[in-house]
Amino acid sequence: MLNFSKINVLFIYFLLIFISIFSFLNLQNDDDRIIKKKINLGLDLQGGSYLLLEINSDNLIKEKIQSKVIPIKKLLKDNQINYNNFKINEKSLSVSIDNIEKFDILFSSRQDNLVNPYIDNYRSYELEYKKKNNNQIEISFSKFGLLTVNNSALKQSIEIVRRRIDDIGTKEPTILQRGEKRILVELPGLKDPERIKALLGKTAQLNFRLVSDNNEFGTEELISENGEKLNVSKRIIMSGENLIDAQPSIQNQNNEPTVSFTLDRLGAQKFGRVSTDNVGKRLAIVLDGEIVSAPNINEPITSGNGMISGNFTFQEATDLALLLRSGALPTPLIVVEERTVGPDLGEDSIKSGITSLIIGFILVILFMLYKYKFFGLIANTALIANLFMLMGVLTILEATLTLPGIAGIILTVGMAVDANVLIFERIREELKTEKSIIHAFDSGYNRAKITVLDANITTLIAAIILFAFGSGPVKGFAITLGIGIITTLFTAYFLARHLTSLVVLNTKNKEINI
Amino acid sequence: MTNYNFSTKFKHANIFSIILFFISIILITFKGLNYGIDFKGGTLIELRSNNTEVSSIRDVLKDMDLGDVNVKKFGKEGDFLLKVEQKGDNNKLIPEIKKNLSDSLNSDVNFRRVENVGPKVSAELLQSGIIAISLSLAAMLFYIWVRFEWQFSIGSIIALFHDVIITLGIFSLLSLEINLSIVAAVLTIVGYSMNDTVVIYDRIRENLGKFHKLDISDIANLSINETLARTIITSVTTLLALFSIFILGGEILRGFSLAMILGVLIGTYSSIFVASPILKYFKVSYKTIEKEEEKIVP
Repeated sequence: MLNFSKINVLFIYFLLIFISIFSFLNLQNDDDRIIKKKINLGLDLQGGSYLLLEINSDNLIKEKIQSKVIPIKKLLKDNQINYNNFKINEKSLSVSIDNIEKFDILFSSRQDNLVNPYIDNYRSYELEYKKKNNNQIEISFSKFGLLTVNNSALKQSIEIVRRRIDDIGTKEPTILQRGEKRILVELPGLKDPERIKALLGKTAQLNFRLVSDNNEFGTEELISENGEKLNVSKRIIMSGENLIDAQPSIQNQNNEPTVSFTLDRLGAQKFGRVSTDNVGKRLAIVLDGEIVSAPNINEPITSGNGMISGNFTFQEATDLALLLRSGALPTPLIVVEERTVGPDLGEDSIKSGITSLIIGFILVILFMLYKYKFFGLIANTALIANLFMLMGVLTILEATLTLPGIAGIILTVGMAVDANVLIFERIREELKTEKSIIHAFDSGYNRAKITVLDANITTLIAAIILFAFGSGPVKGFAITLGIGIITTLFTAYFLARHLTSLVVLNTKNKEINI
Repeated sequence: MTNYNFSTKFKHANIFSIILFFISIILITFKGLNYGIDFKGGTLIELRSNNTEVSSIRDVLKDMDLGDVNVKKFGKEGDFLLKVEQKGDNNKLIPEIKKNLSDSLNSDVNFRRVENVGPKVSAELLQSGIIAISLSLAAMLFYIWVRFEWQFSIGSIIALFHDVIITLGIFSLLSLEINLSIVAAVLTIVGYSMNDTVVIYDRIRENLGKFHKLDISDIANLSINETLARTIITSVTTLLALFSIFILGGEILRGFSLAMILGVLIGTYSSIFVASPILKYFKVSYKTIEKEEEKIVP
């Protein structure tokens, strides 16, 4: 165990130096990096916000099932199936029909079925129906239909969330899908997440509807921005989808902040036609079910440009413009988890983390020197090399360092000496029975090998499981602990062993105290 | 090498362990664990505000109808931690609390940390925490079963349960908070305690092969003594590192490092006084390991 071939030695030191060099990359200035690798700081160290958003699936399903009402009624009418008792429930539709067999054929037709499309990916229809009693049926989404509806809403939401966050201009945001209903957002360096939360919390569904008392589509009573009760038609003239741009602006006459918008060609045509036909009436601009303002139509607007005023502050106008530009979310997003760390707490955490690392490191080094004297020096050399390699691997992997991650490094320092302690203690025992010192060292290393491996694999298993199940900062702990074990094994079994062999082989059977 | 007689103390130690174990179970069942917002849901706010008292913060929050509110000092002078067991819509609640505090307290308020975990997420986090700990126990069981004989496997798992339950029992007794980092600590304790047990087991197995005439109590005693220096040195270096985190690492790591310190102490104790005697109850002898070897060699 003490003989090293030249190739072996070369390989050990090459690997050691090669990996350790990477740890110095973290000292570079951000501007003139030669190699763009570094250890990233977690949100708990650099400050920032972590948000977990969930789409409101109940709301979504309710809307989606409602959107099936007209196509289903049409299908029934077109095929001369008589129906009555058509009811809209929370997540389903129920109706009594006189010909279930005919309905079944139409409902499950694979060709041109606009009512109930067949989803090839899942080999399933979007909808399914159950017979209740006699001739009553209940129509609802199938399992895969729900999945598809949620999934497409989630994909769309991610896109909108990304646009909104990019528009605010935070640095290096992370936006990822998590599971079937959730979006993970990480915003490093953000001090106050309230504005972003407010912006993400709004669906921003904008539509233009006429104020009128009677209308073939029915009306609903909404309250205007100055407290007036207005009957607003349920018919949507035009929605936010037709907007191609929106910007905050200041109206010249009275310095009031407003949002000016530009419509696409289709929107401009629709808007022009309606405003021409309804000069003198009032137009309600409705955002998420609330009237923003309800101005009079003074003259036809055919240019495709318009303006929304509604007692905004400039900030509100800016935010509304941003929301309109980025488009509407298919369904509201709920913040189900939030973790925000202020930048000064992050700095404090780095300071206290590093202080405890240095102190812990010095304590362990002194203890090893006291316990093993000269061989303590070897163990300490291995420990220092271990720390550099650990930082090097973290840099190569561009891992994220968190506060628990720093704790993991300190713990690695404490536990890393174990491998050398096991070996040294074994050698001590061997020295008692073995006459040749070289043999004692040799068999000491040999016999401790299995134990060292066994002992470290157990901790490695714990680290891997923690990595798989942990979240955020805790994952950072698992990473440093796990990598720490591997660098520990390398430094104890190659570096420290080689250093020991140099000492032992050169002293030639003279007294050695360990 | 030391020559303490551990085996005569096995019986007393085991009775002591069994009592502690059951007290812990009773504490965990009836007094319960003090779950933090990670597992219970709710809002946590850490703020810094000089010249402010706990009572004035409490007064501000009292008028808001927030349910159970907990305010305490946190580390340095002027640092406070508030926990709100909130029900309603958090999208609006946090800005409201922040605004009320900023407006009502007489000095500047710096919100250093805000955490909010919804009920669904906290239930999931708790579930994945339990799965992670169970899975790690199962993985250890499997690893030892592959590397050793089944008696060793059972012995080490009993020692692990002993460590985890008693650590949690102490947390329950002292009403210390259980959060995500405590789960990380428990998993690390599982790894550490296993590590300690494996070292002694390795030696027991080696000695079983060497000394056929000694019975298992003597073998265990000999093996514990042979590895005692290592057991103590490693515990000391690990504890040095942990105390450094506990004292200097700041408030956030305090619970984590305390759990680890307890775990290392209990884990070291259990590998000597729990894991080793169990082999005696299973009547492990050199025949146990020989049989195993016969199986492998055809």
